[in-house]
Amino acid sequence: MKRIYLDHAATTPVDPRVLEAILPYLGEHFANPSSIHSFGRENRKVIKDARAVIAGEIGAAEPSEIIFTGSGSESDNMALRGIAAAYRNRGNQIITSAIEHHAVYDTCKALEKEGFELTIVPVNREGIVNPDDLINALTNRTILVSIMHANNEVGTIQPIATIGKLLRERNILFHTDAVQTVGSIPVNVKELSVDLLSMSAHKFYGPKGVGALYVRKGVKLVPLIYGGGQEHNRRAGTENVAGIVGMAKALSLANSELEQNMTRISALRDYLIDNLLSGFEHVRLNGDRNRRLPGNVNFSFEFLEGESLLLNLDLKGIAASSGSACTSGSLEPSHVLLAMGICHEIAHGSLRLTLGKSTTKEEIDYLLEVLPEIVTKLRAMSPIYNSERKECSTCTLTR
Amino acid sequence: MYTDKVMDHFQNPRNVGEIVDADGIGEVGNVVCGDIMKIYLKVEDDRIADVKFKTFGCGAAIATSSMVTEMVKGKTLDEALRITNKAVAEALDGLPPQKMHCSNLAADAVHKAIEDYRAKVVAG
Repeated sequence: MKRIYLDHAATTPVDPRVLEAILPYLGEHFANPSSIHSFGRENRKVIKDARAVIAGEIGAAEPSEIIFTGSGSESDNMALRGIAAAYRNRGNQIITSAIEHHAVYDTCKALEKEGFELTIVPVNREGIVNPDDLINALTNRTILVSIMHANNEVGTIQPIATIGKLLRERNILFHTDAVQTVGSIPVNVKELSVDLLSMSAHKFYGPKGVGALYVRKGVKLVPLIYGGGQEHNRRAGTENVAGIVGMAKALSLANSELEQNMTRISALRDYLIDNLLSGFEHVRLNGDRNRRLPGNVNFSFEFLEGESLLLNLDLKGIAASSGSACTSGSLEPSHVLLAMGICHEIAHGSLRLTLGKSTTKEEIDYLLEVLPEIVTKLRAMSPIYNSERKECSTCTLTR
Repeated sequence: MYTDKVMDHFQNPRNVGEIVDADGIGEVGNVVCGDIMKIYLKVEDDRIADVKFKTFGCGAAIATSSMVTEMVKGKTLDEALRITNKAVAEALDGLPPQKMHCSNLAADAVHKAIEDYRAKVVAG
């Protein structure tokens, strides 16, 4: 059976050119970069070069502004906890949005338990933060604002440059989780006016287990991990040399091919969205139609549940994702969809399809060919389809 | 994550549908948690002569609904009342732990349908 991967927001395959760049560092170039002998010095140089590449690709002023980490989640944790601890004397309020990834959201919740004041700004029905809401939430106690660059579920791109400018004028530190955007759309820390930015290599055809945090020069940060003084004393632990090499290679490749990939993938995305909207009844596109990532399609199919949809697609060889409770590991469906004002019933029926650079029109056509039968079958089995039930009382979006 | 038996019942659910002149109907679950199961019974001589289901929910919800209809068909009402959610899960060779309480309600739906039938009989 043919297999089709439409889950690129979860992870991407390692580009063969990246794999080729990595392999020597899992083999003969094995040294610890902190060692003073020639073996170590060679790998120290490799990391220095990789740091300069990443810094250049995101428009950082200096390579020392890049801290390598073990994941995007670690970068988010480091940014929030590192700033909270370093600037506690300045105030105790942290502001974030209602649609953040759990790496930010749950860290903020943990900081709240530890005594910080947490303010969560809402999003509109299209999944976009209003900069005015954010500015209105500021107090003289605000030490940090963290708003994601693009949402991982509905793909909405947030007005980070606008927010960044407003916060810079007010001298308030600003972090953005750019895990979904780096390597997918242009990302430049100067244009965005951010002080901290998280990224993760495996989202842009690099290896898993390596990420980075950009920290603008002069911004203080208390480390999460203490030890050997690596990463300018900000993140201890022997460097993941192969991962770091792979991350730098992957990002320079992704950015060199950015324009062509964005054009091709967003055209496929629009083709898929148009066909889903015209081909099905009782569906809605989740997230702003235009301000969204090139590869993100997120739909709700009413009267059916996301996990059973995913299982049926998987049986046809198609890999996708859902915001239903069954797939979130909790009893609640996606907090992102709920924050957008979508009711539980419709949130449970969400389907995320994320396209990547290997996605073809033939693959999208195959999806569009098998999907109607699955949706019809599940709706025929659903007690809420064609029933006399009243409209969903908590949701004003549909019907 | 699901057993072969769960996947079999999920892909080829038994007894899907409605019974128009059902003698008893039982519904459990709600849209907030993402599972709704509705069971329709036809009762003859205190036995379940026919049973159908409709379910909105995940793979486990659909498979347990399908399985419970096979387990209770032909049984007396008292026998059907003794079938538990746990027994349904066991008949499917088990469910993932996180599914045990949220999507394993099919026996409850049958019990509700039997209660519905008995209440109607009493009411005459």
